[in-house]
Amino acid sequence: MAARKTKAKPNISAQELTQYYEDMLLIRRFEEKAGQLYGMGLIGGFCHLYIGQEAVVVGLEAAAEEGDKRLTSYRDHGHMLAAGMDPNGVMAELTGRIDGYSKGKGGSMHMFSKEKHFYGGHGIVGAQVPIGAGLAFADKYLENNRVTFTYFGDGAANQGQVYETFNMAAIWDLPVIFVIENNQYAMGTAQKRSTSSPDFYVRGEAFGIPGEAVDGMDVLAVKAAGQKAVAHCRSGKGPYILEVKTYRYRGHSMSDPAKYRTREEVQKMRQERDSIETVRSMLLTGKHASEEDLKAIDKKVKEIVNASAEFAKDSPEPAVEELWTDIYA
Amino acid sequence: MATEILMPALSPTMEEGTLAKWMVSEGDTVASGDIIAEIETDKATMEFEAVDEGVIGKILVAEGTENVKVNSAIAVLLEEGESADSAAATSSEPAPQEASEPAAETPAPAAEAAVPAAPISPAYDSTPDWPEGTELKQQTVREALRDAMAEEMRGDDTVFLMGEEVAEYQGAYKISQGLLDEFGAKRVIDTPITEHGFAGIAVGASFGGLRPIVEFMTFNFAMQAIDQIINSAAKTLYMSGGQMGAPMVFRGPNGAAARVGAQHSQDYAAWYAHIPGLKVVMPFSASDAKGLLKSAIRDDNPVIFLENEILYGRSFDVPVLDDFTVPFGKARIWREGSDVTLVSFGIGMHYALEAADKLAEEGISAEVIDLRSLRPIDYETVLASVQKTNRCVTVEEGFPVGAIGNHLSAVIMERAFDYLDAPVINCTGKDVPMPYAANLEKLALVTTDEVIAAVKKVTYR
Ligand SMILES: Cc1ncc(C[n+]2csc(CCOP(=O)(O)OP(=O)(O)O)c2C)c(N)n1
Ligand SMILES: [Mg+2]
Repeated sequence: MAARKTKAKPNISAQELTQYYEDMLLIRRFEEKAGQLYGMGLIGGFCHLYIGQEAVVVGLEAAAEEGDKRLTSYRDHGHMLAAGMDPNGVMAELTGRIDGYSKGKGGSMHMFSKEKHFYGGHGIVGAQVPIGAGLAFADKYLENNRVTFTYFGDGAANQGQVYETFNMAAIWDLPVIFVIENNQYAMGTAQKRSTSSPDFYVRGEAFGIPGEAVDGMDVLAVKAAGQKAVAHCRSGKGPYILEVKTYRYRGHSMSDPAKYRTREEVQKMRQERDSIETVRSMLLTGKHASEEDLKAIDKKVKEIVNASAEFAKDSPEPAVEELWTDIYA
Repeated sequence: MATEILMPALSPTMEEGTLAKWMVSEGDTVASGDIIAEIETDKATMEFEAVDEGVIGKILVAEGTENVKVNSAIAVLLEEGESADSAAATSSEPAPQEASEPAAETPAPAAEAAVPAAPISPAYDSTPDWPEGTELKQQTVREALRDAMAEEMRGDDTVFLMGEEVAEYQGAYKISQGLLDEFGAKRVIDTPITEHGFAGIAVGASFGGLRPIVEFMTFNFAMQAIDQIINSAAKTLYMSGGQMGAPMVFRGPNGAAARVGAQHSQDYAAWYAHIPGLKVVMPFSASDAKGLLKSAIRDDNPVIFLENEILYGRSFDVPVLDDFTVPFGKARIWREGSDVTLVSFGIGMHYALEAADKLAEEGISAEVIDLRSLRPIDYETVLASVQKTNRCVTVEEGFPVGAIGNHLSAVIMERAFDYLDAPVINCTGKDVPMPYAANLEKLALVTTDEVIAAVKKVTYR
């Protein structure tokens, strides 16, 4: 990858590293299960899996503090799990059931949790970017000393409202981290076909917003970059841009024929750069964990995911009256 | 000759103001650009400059006077050597008041658009879309749309297609399949995800002599671009006094697909039909998709072309003709009947036709009209039908407030009131954002059963 790697690796304990392994694995297994349930017709509509990108959210959540906010696009399952939202509630939303985070009314693309400071799940490409800056505006206004992680894709990074937002975030020194999850594709459009210059992290320069490219397949590099960005924002210096270079292994959504890239390209990334495998081998070679330890984690994760699927199948559909609720406050 | 200095309008909405302060006195010589007074509006205090040079002959409105009407004389300006007496004479002439608002006095010419005047016996065009005996083939709506674009692109080099994933990916919904191969990257153009920008670029290209077809991946995303569609594309012909307009098509799937939730499931028919300067069409069948899209590409106005994802795969008869078009403003009667008129368009036709089938089994004969184009609307066909059946139910997927059905009801009430045996009922989508849950989504959409129930209500069964 072309990313300029963040050099400073945080000093990290075996326990922490194991935790990241577990967190990333939870997202991966959860997404695989969601894919299965989609195939069984239990999940409908659009369903965008996060497989391949797990290190991004897990690394950045490791840099966040309680009370910090986050929001993203429709590709949101991983963000919710990393933010500590309940897999049962997320999966039940995917199946459109009453115990889902939005009572089944939002679906895969539209979930929210006030408790976990997760502000959605946004279906319109780029729309979450000014909203993220708005959350930061509120935090600054209320003197909360909180930071907002505003995630968006390489495709979204071309929307006009992103640059309107950069300008205002810079003028007003808003504590917002713009996390560009550059997974190299916006649906079928490779980044090089949609962007006039190869790098996104420099796109704040004109506004005086510092930016940094990060290897998004390396959870520790992401965490380190996140900490730097968080420190910048929290100290009142205004916004920060992280271009996290990552890769999605699956199609854009469940109905993507994916003819725009080769199988080999995907395979190569999986084999050589997979974030979970990387941490796994770090743990094993460093003798921080044994095969048995990791097996136990795998088993635990599988149980959580299976339980969420059962929960999501058993939860009833929302009552008919729910059609008419929550339209006005 | 002495001239009057008139109270200026200092904002588009100003009707009167306070003459706060005179900066000159009678007898002073002023040159153009000199500040002669300060005038207060409700919004600000503005300095008022002399336009001509001369001598202030007489001040007609004293400093501090409030509610001075725009365009009333406030002072008299003398040419060099003129006397103040002649000025007095001038000032006694009535000031040309209210010159700024002639429109308020003159009634606007009756709008030609919405409701044509003829009261009864609407004459409607019932000619079939293609001559009898024409060879037909089965085609999906998807294929018909592609053929329409390809045919028009072959015939006119200025027609091009732009949008997200239209070229290399062959269209997010595969409508532009094969077009890149045939017409090349100059005319089939992938854009970044920047709707507002590329819609604006297409508007500019249309001003510049091209005929763009803009594909929105879905019309939900056209909301990013709606300012360019309405403020730039729809209004420029008018604003330029007819000099230049935007001959272009905005097309893409509109309305609910399946289970894609609130932000991806909205019917914009009534939104765009609201706008003078736009034409709006919403085909149901493949032949209409083809014939109307060809007309849209040739039309010299911006056309909103509303497709439907669920209909893309449906097959219909399409005439095998070299150049088949369907005109705007001509409804299609899908089924003749005598007891009730069902009026719909787009996917609404699915419910209307299904309801008509079921009603027939119960001995209720429904006439089913597909409006096809929503601007212009073929009122005549609807009115003629209502005069026959005396009852009408409209069917559409959009929200109930400000629906197309509301408008039709009003027109029917105005023009065929005496023919109605029951109030017109509008069947619409529910007044809620689209839910994701399967059971709720079904309830949010208009249903065949609701159409049947409405028909029974208006036929008192
Ligand atoms: C305004 C808007 N335009 C188009 C779409 C359709 N669409 C959904 S996702 C997507 C690609 C976005 O790519 P990217 O920002 O790179 O995010 P990724 O899917 O790779 O996570 C497109 C075009 C949309 N949802 N909103
Ligand atoms: Mg992307």
